[in-house]
Amino acid sequence: MTWQPSRAVWMWLVLLAVTLALARWAGPMAVPGWMQIDMAGAVSRFMDWLVNTASFGLFTFKDLTRAIAQAIEWPYQAVRMALVEGWVEGRRSEARTILPPISWIGIIAIVTAMGVYARNWRLGLFVGACFLYLAVFGQWESAMVTLASILIAVPIGIAGGLVLGIAGAVWPAFDRVQTPFLDLMQTVPTFAYLVPILFLFGFGPVSALIATVVYAMPPMVRITTMALKSVPSEIRDFGVMAGCTPRQRLTRVLLPTALPDLMVGVNQVIMLSLNMVIIASMIGAGGLGFDVLNSLRRLDIGRGIEAGLAIVALAIALDRLSQAFATRRPGAAGDGARHMRWWVVLAAFVAATTLLGYVVPALQSYPEAWTVTTRSLWSDLVKWININYYDQLEAVKNVLLLNLLLPFKRFLLALPWPWVLALITLAGWQLGRGRLAALCLALGLFIVVNGLWEPAMTTLYLCGISVMIAALIGLPLGVLAASSERAGRIIGTGIDLLQTLPSFVYLIPVVMLFRVGDFSAMIAIVLYALAPAIRYAAHGLRSVPEEIVEAGAVCGCTRWQILTRIRLPMALPEIMLGLNQTIMLALSMLVITALVGTRDLGQEVYIALTRADTGQGIVAGVSIAAIAIIADRLIAAGARRTRRKLGLEPAHP
Amino acid sequence: MHQQPVKLGCHNVWKLYGPHPERLLAGGAAPDLDAIRASGHVGAVRNVSIDVRQGEIFVIMGLSGSGKSTLVRCLSRLVEPTAGEILFNGKDLLQARPKELIDIRRHKMGMVFQHFALLPHLNVLQNVAFPLQVQGIGRAAREARAEEVIALVGLEGREAYFPRQLSGGQQQRVGIARSLVVEPELWFLDEPFSALDPLIRREMQDEFLRVQQLLHKTIVFITHDFDEAIRIADRIAIMKDGEVIQVATPEELVLNPAADYVAEFTRYVSRAKVVTLGRIAVPGAAEGAAGTLPETVRVEAVANEVEAAAAPFNVIDEDGVVIGHVTRQAVIDVLVGRGGRG
Repeated sequence: MTWQPSRAVWMWLVLLAVTLALARWAGPMAVPGWMQIDMAGAVSRFMDWLVNTASFGLFTFKDLTRAIAQAIEWPYQAVRMALVEGWVEGRRSEARTILPPISWIGIIAIVTAMGVYARNWRLGLFVGACFLYLAVFGQWESAMVTLASILIAVPIGIAGGLVLGIAGAVWPAFDRVQTPFLDLMQTVPTFAYLVPILFLFGFGPVSALIATVVYAMPPMVRITTMALKSVPSEIRDFGVMAGCTPRQRLTRVLLPTALPDLMVGVNQVIMLSLNMVIIASMIGAGGLGFDVLNSLRRLDIGRGIEAGLAIVALAIALDRLSQAFATRRPGAAGDGARHMRWWVVLAAFVAATTLLGYVVPALQSYPEAWTVTTRSLWSDLVKWININYYDQLEAVKNVLLLNLLLPFKRFLLALPWPWVLALITLAGWQLGRGRLAALCLALGLFIVVNGLWEPAMTTLYLCGISVMIAALIGLPLGVLAASSERAGRIIGTGIDLLQTLPSFVYLIPVVMLFRVGDFSAMIAIVLYALAPAIRYAAHGLRSVPEEIVEAGAVCGCTRWQILTRIRLPMALPEIMLGLNQTIMLALSMLVITALVGTRDLGQEVYIALTRADTGQGIVAGVSIAAIAIIADRLIAAGARRTRRKLGLEPAHP
Repeated sequence: MHQQPVKLGCHNVWKLYGPHPERLLAGGAAPDLDAIRASGHVGAVRNVSIDVRQGEIFVIMGLSGSGKSTLVRCLSRLVEPTAGEILFNGKDLLQARPKELIDIRRHKMGMVFQHFALLPHLNVLQNVAFPLQVQGIGRAAREARAEEVIALVGLEGREAYFPRQLSGGQQQRVGIARSLVVEPELWFLDEPFSALDPLIRREMQDEFLRVQQLLHKTIVFITHDFDEAIRIADRIAIMKDGEVIQVATPEELVLNPAADYVAEFTRYVSRAKVVTLGRIAVPGAAEGAAGTLPETVRVEAVANEVEAAAAPFNVIDEDGVVIGHVTRQAVIDVLVGRGGRG
């Protein structure tokens, strides 16, 4: 088969040559002074004005933020009392417990019962075991602080998401207005949210909760709108023909029919909330996230791993539980009474163990003497690895750093910015004509005028390398997963686990083995961003129509030919979407790796956070979003084009 | 047949999709298909006028994209027609306010959908009782009524099943029961059996005819299956490109197709399925007739009986008056496709 490069391919080859030449001989180019705009300063001044002088007549902006904080503070304190502190009167030495918190046995009983209700005894015992782990390994109190935050953030996130999502489904105009905001909110990295919230609400758990809600809500909005829109039109028509009022149509026909999809959104809100509650320990969330952060700062290996594993246990328990609720189907009629009896027994048990806690402290809180600490074990293990395999680890690190990471970084930083801008604009023009080209140019210019070109290129380098490696690992694994049922199941379980873990957790083992720096960051990013590359590749390969594969087999293709000539080309659009997701996850992880000392936009945001510099934080955050949006739109346009070429999508939508 | 009053009248109804459909019809203009296409519009329903009479089964038949589904949605006002008039019991449905419309739908209309449109979170009993529930009828009363219609469609004992636990045919029985629970005057069926296997489809058609024998509803039935149409229809409207090409009884349609397009459908239809005895009867009572048969009976239904008998049968009208007789030879002619035409 001879390959006839098209004109576009020739053009890009020439451009690539010019790019290499420019990097070699031209070198970087400074942004002229007249092009630089102090957007960060303007944002900061605006925020200052907002907090200090802005007023809506009857009340000031500050009153508003205080009211919001109060509204969240109250229920949060109540839940904390129930889970952690109990109802205490007086302070310090005079403190007197009026009502103790729910006993650890009681909470384990509750989550076990929820597991049984949602699916079966096996799940109940599994979830109970996860919580028992928290108690046995001495993480109970931190875990309950984290859980308290989630118990507040999740209902707010779900309710808010439902309201906005329903509004979007009912009024298309509303949807058009809110979609760009949702896009931006999902691409602006997590840290960037923290800066303005820290500025508006101060340091503390309430700020952390607000950040969590803001972060976890957009997917719920989207899923709600989509779920309502995808209710079959016949069911919609039936609602009308049955004589439902608009309200009845929504509450009795549309929402219940969309319920399974909505539950997927609930699962997402829970997992994103957990992720953010951990990260938000930087602005005072406390709990397990704070333990991890603290031990990362002090390089206390054992404690970090312990807290990290506790997060894993909590994440897996919450994920399995909410997934079980999502797929739960209404049982046969008439089991309501039986459920009722069980719930009464459970309530009695929880109350009894909690009250007995007055008499038997071991029932109240898990006795310290029984806790098992693995701290020294982990420290020793890491020490042992570092003593015995230091040279090997270091060799791998150095080889990759010197031969791959650093040259690529130097190459990108050497490119003159006008040339890079021209290239992405041209790519936008090729894939999506005027609008896409304009978008790419505008977003690129945003980075330039804010003087963030160098950190942006550093971001591009770290993200690019990580995505490349993730793709190189992910694609073969995806092929493997698609090739056999068993491999698919094993790999599937593995990436399920990877995706359940909050991003913070990835930093721990990496730092233990490779210390701080770009290399550690890269490994953490690859691990975090690997899952979609595998998942989409496997899904794309598997969903190639069996008929086409059979047609290939009948033509006498070997297995290798079927893979390379039929399955892979057909799966290309799906693989590209996976790549897109990988890039998004890589960018969001990139920001978190600022903690291990990278020098990119993430670091800019992190510095802004430590200084509570809103302007810098927002501008750097939006710059990351700009990179994400450019990548997203270009790849989506490319995937669409490929789909059209393959006839999977009509040419004119 | 005595002429029944018109239950649902549909006059010059249009439904155009596109940038400015009203402008195209301004001043009572009636653009043709090319003019509509040229202006960037789609003519889903074009100038349709039909009258559905009380107690008849009126079938709207057309291939996919012919506009039949849009037409039935205009008739029930699920889709707002661009122009025209729809008279239900003599009142213009298009002028009804939202509240009146809800009231009409709650008490006077029922609809069955191609893909059943059952609510997945409710069991059979709750699904069937749903239209009564939205009216605010108490649980005991609505469930008692639901039980009645569930029995009518032969699903007793499955009240606690959820839709996903039922076969397609059973699901559509639930759909039928649900549409009948409010005792509607007007019953819309939108391709109710198209999603079912051929054997089940036939069984459901019989079931449908049995239920109609009991209830005598006024029915608008949509289908793309010509055999189904001639099997169950009192009258058929053939649609193409949004237009009604011919409205006629199955017999007339087969014997006198108004257009080549209609003839395409009728060409291979066995005459015996549609020709009635009234049409082939020879005037005058027969000497020593073997028996009497009503004039509305189709030849296919009695062919065996007539062919086997030694003498002709007398044919009588609704009032029992003999209008003529049919011979063995006449029936055989129809069966082999010789007679009956014209």
